[in-house]
Amino acid sequence: MSTRIAASPRSPGRTKSGNRSAGEGRMAALLLSPTLLVLALVIAYPLVSALYQSMFREQSGLDASGFVAEGEVFVGLGNYADLFVGESGARFLNAFGNTTFFTVTTVTLETVLGLCLAIAMNRAFRGRSFLRASILIPWAIPTAVSGLLWRWIFQSDGIANSLIGSETLWTAEGVAAKVAIIVAEVWKTAPFIGLLVLAGMQIIPEEIYEAAKIDGAGFWRQFRSITLPLVKPTLLVAVLFRLLDALRMFDLPFVLIGPGKESVETLSMLAFDESNQLRYGSASAFAVILFLYVALVAIVFVKLLGADVAGTKQVRALRRATSTRKAKAL
Amino acid sequence: MTQIPVLTPVDTPAEAPPRVVRKRGWKSYSVYLGLAAILVYCLAPFYWMLVSSFRRTADIFDNSLLPQPFSAENYIKVFDGSTLFGQALLNSLIVAGVTTAAALVLGIFAAYAISRLNFRFKSVILGVIIATSMFPGISVVVPLLRLFTDIGWINTYQAMIVPNLSFAIPLAVWNLTTFMKSLPFDLEEAAMIDGCSKWQAFRKVLLPLAAPGVFTTAILTFIHSWNEFIIALSMVNDPAVQTATVAISKFTGATEFQAPFGEQMAAGVIVTIPLVIMVLIFQRRIVEGLTSGATK
Repeated sequence: MSTRIAASPRSPGRTKSGNRSAGEGRMAALLLSPTLLVLALVIAYPLVSALYQSMFREQSGLDASGFVAEGEVFVGLGNYADLFVGESGARFLNAFGNTTFFTVTTVTLETVLGLCLAIAMNRAFRGRSFLRASILIPWAIPTAVSGLLWRWIFQSDGIANSLIGSETLWTAEGVAAKVAIIVAEVWKTAPFIGLLVLAGMQIIPEEIYEAAKIDGAGFWRQFRSITLPLVKPTLLVAVLFRLLDALRMFDLPFVLIGPGKESVETLSMLAFDESNQLRYGSASAFAVILFLYVALVAIVFVKLLGADVAGTKQVRALRRATSTRKAKAL
Repeated sequence: MTQIPVLTPVDTPAEAPPRVVRKRGWKSYSVYLGLAAILVYCLAPFYWMLVSSFRRTADIFDNSLLPQPFSAENYIKVFDGSTLFGQALLNSLIVAGVTTAAALVLGIFAAYAISRLNFRFKSVILGVIIATSMFPGISVVVPLLRLFTDIGWINTYQAMIVPNLSFAIPLAVWNLTTFMKSLPFDLEEAAMIDGCSKWQAFRKVLLPLAAPGVFTTAILTFIHSWNEFIIALSMVNDPAVQTATVAISKFTGATEFQAPFGEQMAAGVIVTIPLVIMVLIFQRRIVEGLTSGATK
């Protein structure tokens, strides 16, 4: 289909093509400019502004000549250098560690659980639409609401404790709080991965499994040699989306445990807290660090594992196929 | 050709694997057992919120599976006017509605250009638009908070709507582009040969054909904007303007000493119900929209 789209504007009247694409280019610019303008305001401006602001620091104290200095002073990369020393440095490193820890643990658990969900759903014939609706519910519940919901479940005299017969303080500090966050996050997002993987599984032709069965492959063998390689592209994209989402985690720990708790504070929460304290300089530095972290993970993921996010590979392959076909026709 | 039409219904009967007559052994029961486990996993926490919201304050810590006695006390309290919760719901509706509408209008134009026109840097532009969706919310919030403070936008709807576009536009452009690419170009071409202008071909041929995709995109964008938290939390501190998700996170109720769990659960149920209804009605479209980007 995209073959046709790519080829058709060019095919009629080759002589006019130069003229035509200039006109189309102008029209495309016209149609795209509102979108790019808004994105410039809400993405490019904040990025540049954060980089700029991160080089300043709020000043309130006496300067060298004894005057009360207020406003901001340029500190260059001072805010970044401070990330690794002193009390604020310790807080940053803790938040960085928490963010990484939550991302790795939740995405790993989600992927495993999501795969299991997808396999189970793929085998269901009846009641699949009911199943699909119920699997969408955790995804659709606003994270703030699910934070509230899990705080209620994890109350000291709540249902979680009475089910497992313990008296754990889940929503205070410590390991229990981390566990609570992981449970709530995995509950909400594993179905999402499950849905994406299921969609990937459903485009695998049944004949492959039939052939494998005839060759005597068991369930595990089929899973490892057919299902997993064939859903890999889908799974990679799903995992990438989840990774980037988990790195900016904010709502859940904020509502479930609360702001300013050492054991669950993420980079987003730290930056939010700093900007609430009107320390825009360090808040911007944290925001920039988080952005770089997200970008790094995305780039590594796309380059190393070859997650094909934009579908560009496919387009390229199609284009190549079209041109060879054309060449043959000529 | 390896390309699968992007928005194929995920489980039309035709695509379902041919049904083989099976022996009803432990295997088929284990499938049902697995499905039951999935249902419990997905629904139990939500069910617990629902049940708790219908308990009286006195027996909120009961662990019975049904509220006994059944009481709508929490729902009445939520709307009794002391918390502005009704206003918060309205605010959410306005913010999410305007965000969705704006993202759709801009997204349709952009997606048309990307899927139908020939121009340079096309894949670069699409790549940039998709990459922006990975931008962490907090990196948008911190600088814009300062800008909006300077221009007096704090506690306004636009202070939430404009930053919301940072995730809504990439989502809309992405979904609409994949959908429009899957529509054949022939019909428009035929219309243009018959004398339609490009604009007419777009309005009278492509837009009606793309309506399902536009609708799916609208649902997804609306759900994302309705669930948005960090922007609304940062840009607004006036209870009269804050959205429902922020309002319930700050729900302290009338008594100071006991967290009003019943009311919080009732408020949570109210915020979630519109989404649950949308999920039940449009589940197929939502799944198509969610998966269209991932399976190509």
